[in-house]
Amino acid sequence: MSNTSKQSGSLRRYILTRIALAVPMVLILLILVFVMMRVAPGDPISSSQGGKLNATELAARRHAAGFDAPLYQQFWDYLKSVVTLNFGTTFSDRRSVRDIIIENGGATLTLTAGALVFAAVIGIPVGLLAGRYRDRPVDVLSRLASTISYASPVFVTAPLLMLAFGTTSGQASPLIQLNVPTQTHILIVDAALDGDWDAVTDILQHLLLPSIALGLLIVGVFIRMIRINLIQSLQGDYIEAARARGVRERHVVARHGFRNALVPVITVLGLQVAMLLGGAVLTEKIFNWPGIGRQLIDYINQRDYVAVQGIVTVFALVVVVISLLIDFVNALIDPRVRY
Amino acid sequence: MTEPVLSVRDLRVWYGTDRGPVRAVDGVSFDVRPGETLGLVGESGCGKSTLGRGVLGLTPPAAATDGEVVLRSPGGAGRNLVGLPARELQKLRGPDLGLIFQEPMTRLNPLMRISQHFEEALRAHHKGLPKKEIRARALEALRGMGIPESRYTSYPHEFSGGMRQRIMIALALVLRPAFIVADEPTTALDVLVEAQIIKILADLRKNFDTSLVLITHNLGIVAEACDRVAVMYAGHIVEQGDAREVFANPQHPYTRELLRSTISLATTGLHFIPGSPPDLVEPPRGCRFHPRCPVAMRGCAEIEPPEVLLPTGVTSACWQQALPADPSLVEEFGPDGREPLHAVEEISVADEA
Amino acid sequence: MATTTLPTGPIEPDATPAAGTAASSRFGGLRRITTAVREAHGVPKFMLWTGAVITALFVITAVFAPLIAPYSFDTYRAGGTNFPKQGSPDGDHWFGTTVQSLDVLSRTIYGARTALEVMVLAVIFSLILGVLLGLVSGYFGGWLDRILVLVMDALFAFPYLLLAIVAGFVFSGVSGGGVVTAALSITVVYIPQYYRVVRASALSAREATFVEAARAMGAKPSVVIRKYLFGNVIQSVPVITTMNAADAIGTLAGLGFLGLGIQPTEAAEWGYDLERAIDDVNAGMWWTTLYPGLAMVIAILGFTLLGEGLNDVLNPTMRRRRLGKVLLPDHTRRRTVTASALPEAPGATEGEAVK
Repeated sequence: MSNTSKQSGSLRRYILTRIALAVPMVLILLILVFVMMRVAPGDPISSSQGGKLNATELAARRHAAGFDAPLYQQFWDYLKSVVTLNFGTTFSDRRSVRDIIIENGGATLTLTAGALVFAAVIGIPVGLLAGRYRDRPVDVLSRLASTISYASPVFVTAPLLMLAFGTTSGQASPLIQLNVPTQTHILIVDAALDGDWDAVTDILQHLLLPSIALGLLIVGVFIRMIRINLIQSLQGDYIEAARARGVRERHVVARHGFRNALVPVITVLGLQVAMLLGGAVLTEKIFNWPGIGRQLIDYINQRDYVAVQGIVTVFALVVVVISLLIDFVNALIDPRVRY
Repeated sequence: MTEPVLSVRDLRVWYGTDRGPVRAVDGVSFDVRPGETLGLVGESGCGKSTLGRGVLGLTPPAAATDGEVVLRSPGGAGRNLVGLPARELQKLRGPDLGLIFQEPMTRLNPLMRISQHFEEALRAHHKGLPKKEIRARALEALRGMGIPESRYTSYPHEFSGGMRQRIMIALALVLRPAFIVADEPTTALDVLVEAQIIKILADLRKNFDTSLVLITHNLGIVAEACDRVAVMYAGHIVEQGDAREVFANPQHPYTRELLRSTISLATTGLHFIPGSPPDLVEPPRGCRFHPRCPVAMRGCAEIEPPEVLLPTGVTSACWQQALPADPSLVEEFGPDGREPLHAVEEISVADEA
Repeated sequence: MATTTLPTGPIEPDATPAAGTAASSRFGGLRRITTAVREAHGVPKFMLWTGAVITALFVITAVFAPLIAPYSFDTYRAGGTNFPKQGSPDGDHWFGTTVQSLDVLSRTIYGARTALEVMVLAVIFSLILGVLLGLVSGYFGGWLDRILVLVMDALFAFPYLLLAIVAGFVFSGVSGGGVVTAALSITVVYIPQYYRVVRASALSAREATFVEAARAMGAKPSVVIRKYLFGNVIQSVPVITTMNAADAIGTLAGLGFLGLGIQPTEAAEWGYDLERAIDDVNAGMWWTTLYPGLAMVIAILGFTLLGEGLNDVLNPTMRRRRLGKVLLPDHTRRRTVTASALPEAPGATEGEAVK
């Protein structure tokens, strides 16, 4: 079938183009991060160690860290650290930022995924219902609920959830006392690989509240977007055409309406995940969740510039990669995108 | 004469708007016999498309429909489609009633392969049809439209407009309906493709005895492809009859004006009908065409004309034919009813200038 | 389907640029907004007015905080005695007291004040910067436009809270933890939104014939921008501004929650209070969380409703009219007449009458 080979060819071309387009974006992001970190007067050493060391010691430390080098030299070093996926070594506790990502990234990933699942499980059906029964009570109620969820920051919903369920922030966090051999650094996957289903259940229980708290951040957006998409796709010409062929109303709504309403959601998923990553910082702090966000806050409080720069860089790269992945998935699902 | 496949009697379809109901179709009657093609012509906004959809029961929720749309399946008794439960009507759409749309570009679901469209349509009416059978029937329908087998699993965006329209027709035909409404099927296409599609539609009745209502504003197409023609103006059918007879000897002033407006090689000057179709929320009193009619009389602005059945079999809803046909109507028309309407107005305008 | 073909209501009459002066085109946008707001109905009207009332209450509370609040935000003793520590709500302290013996009610009221200050500053800063950059970018184009687009896209793609955190981290190193610092940190987040909208409007306006004509007549670029583009852009800005105001409250509190916002000695701030209240939650105390949390949610809700209502009213693409089912009056059957013969030479006699 020459047809299919033509399709996969154009898909490959699409993916390559998309990757090529992402390169300037990454570069701009790196420059942004670098510039932001250098905007502050003084330098990382003086601000974190100032007062503790005398002038000569300070100068020696600055030299050792390369902070007396010209800016372009520093940027070059920064670029090198990014390309080698090393991201530098923290000042305060001499950890490699890469190690921080490996050790704590899994927790953030688990939390974000949990929140996404929650948002999808609640948001998709509610959004579809609201769009299908437009202007009926279910629509008005869902609109109200989504507005309230949009208006409620994580650090309000989370404590209220904790009060409601009688849990504490310590209880909500599956601390490392779980004795599971480390393989992937993602606790739940490790537990599953180990066959320790009690541990998996335990982690899932701990995951529930933080996921809900974080998921509520974007569930309103989900509901709204799906509702609007469904309303628009139900007005589509192909819907009327399907009806004219005598396709059952239930099938028309499900196959033509719902499916076509859900596809555009994928395209904006990137922004939602970015939003979740931001919210994860807060959620991790509230629930003592051992993710990267918590680490970031700790290093910010210690004014550890290298650590902050490294972690923020990783966040930026993750956002770009996710938006790339989403575009690929979208190209697979929606045949029009590839052209 | 054979019994009509479809008999429409006094059909009304009114749309709700916040200014009041739009009388898009307001008391329309016609018959379509097996293998016959009825051309439905008129300007845009005359209710042609609404009539087509009204027959299939595809009107928006706020619309109201009454009258009769009697569908006679071969050998079976007639069934009035108006007021039929939605589920029953849905079962008839496809195998009994087909609809072909104006703009083919957006009528196929962009996320579904052509094959999936056929599977859906066939499965909707033939539960448990094996996949092989579906494929065979779909390919046969596509072949008839000149779409090669290799494109069966392609997506809609991979086709041109003309090909998509042929796919749409194949999708309608694969269910073998006895009656099809084609709503301006060629308006969005270029002239060469238009000719192809018209040829396909004309072949239909030859090969399958399919009855067709062809909605168009292109009178050339009607002359070429239709047996009978119905001229629609402002929600009414103002003239209908044998296509050749109507074209050779138009009775209703609107038909005459419409025919004068068509451009052909013989055209020496462009003619158009001044003004535009009326607002169907508040249509004009009397004859709805009277504000634009060149031969309107005073009485035309007051009393709705009756439908006149002429010896040729043509019907025309115009006082010009009604008054000679039934002299008893003259009295109702009023003493100065026959005074020309527009001459008066033209003089008053001239005075002002 | 029936609805899409209808005239789209209040927006239409002003849509054609009146052949008027620059002043009328500048206020045309504003007039369009007020007309649309006045003619709103249904759910958008409800949202608009609920939002407006809540927003007004929020602003009044913020402005008159010293008059409304029983104590100052940092008062921990009155009449010679210290307030109770973590006291539950009672007659003296309706909302209870915190671990630092501060009155929760007073801090909640003063929190509105801080939020309003930061919000107003942030919105003004980002409005000025975003609109300016967008106009310049859209109007002049070229490499400047391309670079700005890339930078703004990068900023937009970045998780906004993370962006505010980094900005807060940087700015707090520069200017300490005050209201202006917090506002600046939040500003960075919103600039891309204004930039995008304004740039898009400027781009399309640049193509518009009336700008073309103005340039042909020798108007200076600055005059063209000010007089013509401003009128077009001003319609989309109210919605973004209101939504950003809602968001700014949350982002400020987020920064405060992470200890990157306003120093607790400078002002009462909801996010900081909520952070302090997490320990109380662990101990099962609800009032230190509930009241500032509720106040914040209500404030954000007010601005969100206002913004959404405005959006619905100003961008009526999704508007749908609720139509009752049409009732058909009784049918008057058409009369039919059968003609015995064709009228001779149809239309001929009447044709003469017209002549």
